Amino acid sequence: MIPDQRDMGLDDAALQAALRRVWSSRGGLLGALASVDHKTVGRRYIVTAFAFLLLGGVLAMLMRWQLAQPEARLMGPDRYNQVFTMHGTNMMFLFAVPVMEAMGGYLVPLMVGTRNIAFPRLNAFSYWVYLFGGLLLWGAFLLDMGPDVGWFAYVPLSGPQYAAGKRADIWAQMITFTEVSALAVAVEIVVTVFKQRAPGMSLDRMPLFVWAMLVTAFIIIVAMPAIVTASTALILDRLVGTHFFNPAEGGDVLLWQHLFWFFGHPEVYIIFVPAVGMVSAIIGTFCRRPVFGYLAMVLALVGIALLSFGLWVHHMFTTGLPRLGESFFTASSMAIAVPSGLQIFCWLATLWGAQPRMAVPMLYVLAFFFTFVLGGMTGVMVASVPLDTQLHDSYFVVAHFHYVLIGGAVFPLLGAIHYWFPKVTGRMMREVTGRWACGMIFLGFNLAFFPMHILGLWGMPRRVYTYQPELPWAGLNLFASVSSVLLAGGFLLFFWNAWRSARHGAPAGDDPWGGPTLEWATSSPPPPWNFTRIPVVESVSPLWDAREALPVAEGLRLDRRELLITSLMDATPEARDSSPQDSIWPLLAAIATSVMLIWSIFTPWAVVWGSIPVAITLIGWFWPRGTPEDES
Amino acid sequence: MGGWQSALAPGGASAEAILGLFWPVVALLGLIWLLVLLVLGAGLLRRAGSQVPRQAYLVIGAATIGTVLVIIGLTTASYLVTRPIAAAAEAPLVVQLRGLQWWWQVTYREEGEAAAFVTANELHLPLGRPVRLELSAEDVIHSFWVPNLAGKQDMIPGRDNVLHLTATTPGTYRAQCAEFCGMQHAHMALLVVVEPAEDFARWRAAQAAPVPAEALAAEGRRVFEQRPCGACHTVRGTTAAGGTGPDLTHLASRGTLAAGLLPMTRGALAAWIADPQTLKPGNNMPLVPLSADELQALTAWLASLR
Amino acid sequence: MRHRVVADLSGLPICGNRRSSPSWWGTLAFMLIEGTGFALAIGVYLYLAGLAPVWPPAVPPDLAAGSGVTLVLLASLMPNLLLGRWAEAKDLRRVRLGLLVMLGFGILPLVLRAYEFQAFHVGWDDSAYGSIVWFLLGLHTTHLLSDLIETAVLAALMFTRHADNPRRYGDVKDEVTYWNFVVATWLPVYACLYWGPRL
Ligand code: HEA
Ligand code: HEA
Ligand code: HEC
Ligand code: CUA
Ligand SMILES: [Cu+2]
Repeated sequence: MIPDQRDMGLDDAALQAALRRVWSSRGGLLGALASVDHKTVGRRYIVTAFAFLLLGGVLAMLMRWQLAQPEARLMGPDRYNQVFTMHGTNMMFLFAVPVMEAMGGYLVPLMVGTRNIAFPRLNAFSYWVYLFGGLLLWGAFLLDMGPDVGWFAYVPLSGPQYAAGKRADIWAQMITFTEVSALAVAVEIVVTVFKQRAPGMSLDRMPLFVWAMLVTAFIIIVAMPAIVTASTALILDRLVGTHFFNPAEGGDVLLWQHLFWFFGHPEVYIIFVPAVGMVSAIIGTFCRRPVFGYLAMVLALVGIALLSFGLWVHHMFTTGLPRLGESFFTASSMAIAVPSGLQIFCWLATLWGAQPRMAVPMLYVLAFFFTFVLGGMTGVMVASVPLDTQLHDSYFVVAHFHYVLIGGAVFPLLGAIHYWFPKVTGRMMREVTGRWACGMIFLGFNLAFFPMHILGLWGMPRRVYTYQPELPWAGLNLFASVSSVLLAGGFLLFFWNAWRSARHGAPAGDDPWGGPTLEWATSSPPPPWNFTRIPVVESVSPLWDAREALPVAEGLRLDRRELLITSLMDATPEARDSSPQDSIWPLLAAIATSVMLIWSIFTPWAVVWGSIPVAITLIGWFWPRGTPEDES
Repeated sequence: MGGWQSALAPGGASAEAILGLFWPVVALLGLIWLLVLLVLGAGLLRRAGSQVPRQAYLVIGAATIGTVLVIIGLTTASYLVTRPIAAAAEAPLVVQLRGLQWWWQVTYREEGEAAAFVTANELHLPLGRPVRLELSAEDVIHSFWVPNLAGKQDMIPGRDNVLHLTATTPGTYRAQCAEFCGMQHAHMALLVVVEPAEDFARWRAAQAAPVPAEALAAEGRRVFEQRPCGACHTVRGTTAAGGTGPDLTHLASRGTLAAGLLPMTRGALAAWIADPQTLKPGNNMPLVPLSADELQALTAWLASLR
Repeated sequence: MRHRVVADLSGLPICGNRRSSPSWWGTLAFMLIEGTGFALAIGVYLYLAGLAPVWPPAVPPDLAAGSGVTLVLLASLMPNLLLGRWAEAKDLRRVRLGLLVMLGFGILPLVLRAYEFQAFHVGWDDSAYGSIVWFLLGLHTTHLLSDLIETAVLAALMFTRHADNPRRYGDVKDEVTYWNFVVATWLPVYACLYWGPRL
């Protein structure tokens, strides 16, 4: 290899051959485990997250089966409590948050026109930690040690006195795994977006999806430390006898709720904001016009992020906090309707008369409008203190959050999978099957969850493993359960479609939808180096404005993994930096970390002894090897 | 609508006020939802140029301002409805309600002629009289919710909460614990009987009395005192004075057994005592082995405690 | 899609100034995360203090050890600043010296910290006050410890063949920034733990 070899003046074939030499992962199992390509990691992340959706969905179906009739005997209380806790915890921490970050980790580097994510080894590490966290939770569940305290694990029920055994510790430690991985991805995304955008992609030329991921990353950075603090304090209370949450010794029960929801509320926007970015991407492409009101959309995203830190108390309206203070949180909660509404209005304007192409991604967007706006309206209702005193902890709230989670986040996600599937796999998803799945999911969802509003108003509390025949809930519950089979069928069809299409779908070509953003400028699936030459951006829709030839830059080295660093505001080129090579150390570090965390459920000394292998693996990770990447 | 545990069938002042806010809000928000979908539909059907018309800015601006106004309106309305609900009335009836895993302890304080007493799993309220419920929790968080009468209020260890309510329609309502509190959260219900003042006074006097003398002579009492029942339960007038289980002094006067689990019948009582863990898995009453005769006597005696 | 070359990047430096170094931005992001953590922990302290009828429930802490830590940390800012300058100047000999000095400044507060835990006359399992005091001290101690290990590894690295490399000097500068952060987070914790109860 010639040192300092550059990419100028080479034809495409020679250039690609040279890039392949430095950017490809080695073959074999070891090569796969050592890969730090953001696409490889991102694909694993997405597939794993969908596997957890499937598992969580099976739990949901078990709950619906149990609740289909009064005093059913499918499960006893102990099992049911584990099942709903696992369902909520799994869906939030192992499916929804990771899948959104994974989509970001896969797409953001492509959309900003760089060759790999910032800190790719950290990215690989975060995937392994996430995987081990998920295995810990499900392994425990299979051993009948699944947490049974609800997805927000209120103390004292989850405290040392009332949650004997290891179940609550497993919940708290699983949280630590997901915190670590989420924070890592957030840092990577922030730095990738700040410093690795293609030349010319100033902040106001960034795709809206990238904006959404950037905002999400900041929400994660500020919100996650709260749950770190909370779960650490809980573990300490349980393991070494501190008294953070023990009122008898000066602690406080509500402290947990404040800490949890200071994280937990932003958490739902961590799920929702990326979905908003997906909707923008899909609408723009299928209407063949840029989303109307770019600045308004960006401001709305930032507004949602800021507001989301000012309304955690709306989960605590019935805890007896001062009324006047609660009214403030009513106002701030409802205020979220303004930026949310603004986005809806801008999308409507974009769609107005655009005659969008009605392919499956667009159908999911329509399903999103119907469902999310309804869920937003029930959100505004529960934000009202007097109404919430009736609705809180009833099935009305269960309906609200499934409407916003599934309607507001999962529908756009499924649309996004259809939309970017050709980019990731090189093949199209089957359209007819996709339409059927979309229809079944949309119909099944609404039929299953709309009745829950009424059940809540009729007094059905959530988290009950059964109910008595003298209560008038049997009919609606049965209806919801039967409808959820339709919903599950739709999901099954979706999974099957993705599975088949990945193997046998029609070849897609680089840009099957005529998209405007940079990920469509490279081949499908993209090569390990993403872009053979770094694109240069002159507008928000570079591919629509490029007409016959894409403007590109050259001058990067070919003897090492090199990418371009640009300035924060205008993305003017600043430096060429190297991108780390593949490495097995992130996996080893993740194993060491997991061993320490799981061990620490049993003894605090694990933190002392367990941190030694962690330190060793981290040193192995960062120790320079004298490769060209280490050169300066 | 929805019966004896429903927010849509108010029998109390607070629930009425909340429902009075609920329906207009549903109508307004439902209308906005429809409007969004209509605009969406119209936009999809329309054929226009490749650009979004400039006037769109005006429309979006107007819609955003409209949203702000609706929000301000709803916030104000919420606040106005909250105030009277939270307000304390003059000379209310004070009742202490304590949540335990998984039943309710009810304490009526001394008031005028009426003596203080403790009971469980059933709350009687005089019609039309303001009530001040002092809510507390023994172990974990519970939440007191009678949808027909008022919104819910949590019972939190280490923090004492208060709920004011006034019942306006006589009848029997069902309350159910609304905060997840462990294994038997699903079976933590409470009957709320709203009755005219005279009936209430009669009930109250009866509850305050100890067990009548003839009942004391029964064989069942002997079993009850000899077996460990008294370690957890109190029956006023006997030596049983335990505090970790419900007060059983007037057990048979209640409508249900074990916090709404079963109707109060002699058969249910026998079944409960014979095997509480099968009927309500995980609850805090152990199975106390009894001979058939003992069970028979004990059940008969408990069923006589009216 | 066909390409049209419009820019030449070959003249760009291979390692820019700090603003163009991803690892500097990464360090900033991690500081933001940990800073939020400290802010929350202090928030918990104030929250519990606000609820308690008497605070602190025990006697106020002895000032000596904690103030000692504060002084040492403040004093360390000077060599830290110099170390940053030397790294900027790519002066390998002085950077080595600076790292060794900073290693000393990493160990000293840890020794004093051991006395600090006793200055509060309360165990972590005595009361919520004890719990949050130990929590805050522990949180900061973890930062001291991990920074110490980082400094040690970096110092070792500077004595190997990998040392004379702008990338390493960048690492040293990030380390300098991070130490400033460790000092900066201590000051509010110190004020809160030692002077709050004396107000
Ligand atoms: C993706 C997730 C997501 C999203 C987007 C939202 C969005 C909102 N949520 Fe939701 N929420 C959850 C997930 C989410 N929520 C979850 C998981 C819980 C329960 C946790 C648990 O207890 O387990 C919860 C619970 C929850 C509560 C607590 C309820 C309780 O426990 O008693 C409240 C209370 O205020 C609330 C409010 C809101 C509001 C005001 C919005 C707003 O953001 C909605 C804004 C959107 C619109 C309003 C529609 C679009 C706007 C227009 C078309 C403009 C015109 C509109 C008007 C004029 C009103 N949510
Ligand atoms: C993104 C998050 C997410 C998602 C996608 C879902 C999806 C679903 N949820 Fe869940 N849910 C939560 C988040 C989510 N939920 C949370 C946070 C809680 C609160 C937990 C708590 O209280 O602690 C909750 C609670 C909750 C409850 C209340 C439990 C209780 O309070 O007792 C119910 C009850 O019906 C429910 C139902 C469902 C159903 C039917 C689906 C369906 O959409 C699932 C459909 C998907 C599949 C079914 C998988 C794919 C299909 C197959 C594999 C087909 C073959 C399988 C079979 C036919 C069995 N959920
Ligand atoms: C270790 C404590 C304990 C002992 C011993 C015990 N109980 Fe109980 N008992 C309870 C608790 C706790 C409950 C409430 C259970 C629930 O509803 O979750 C209860 C409930 C009851 C109830 C229903 C009360 C109501 O208000 O509906 C009856 C009746 C009863 N016990 C009778 C008995 C008898 C008879 C014995 C002896 C043979 C006995 N108990 C022994 C703890 C105990
Ligand atoms: Cu008590 Cu739920
Ligand atoms: Cu919220």
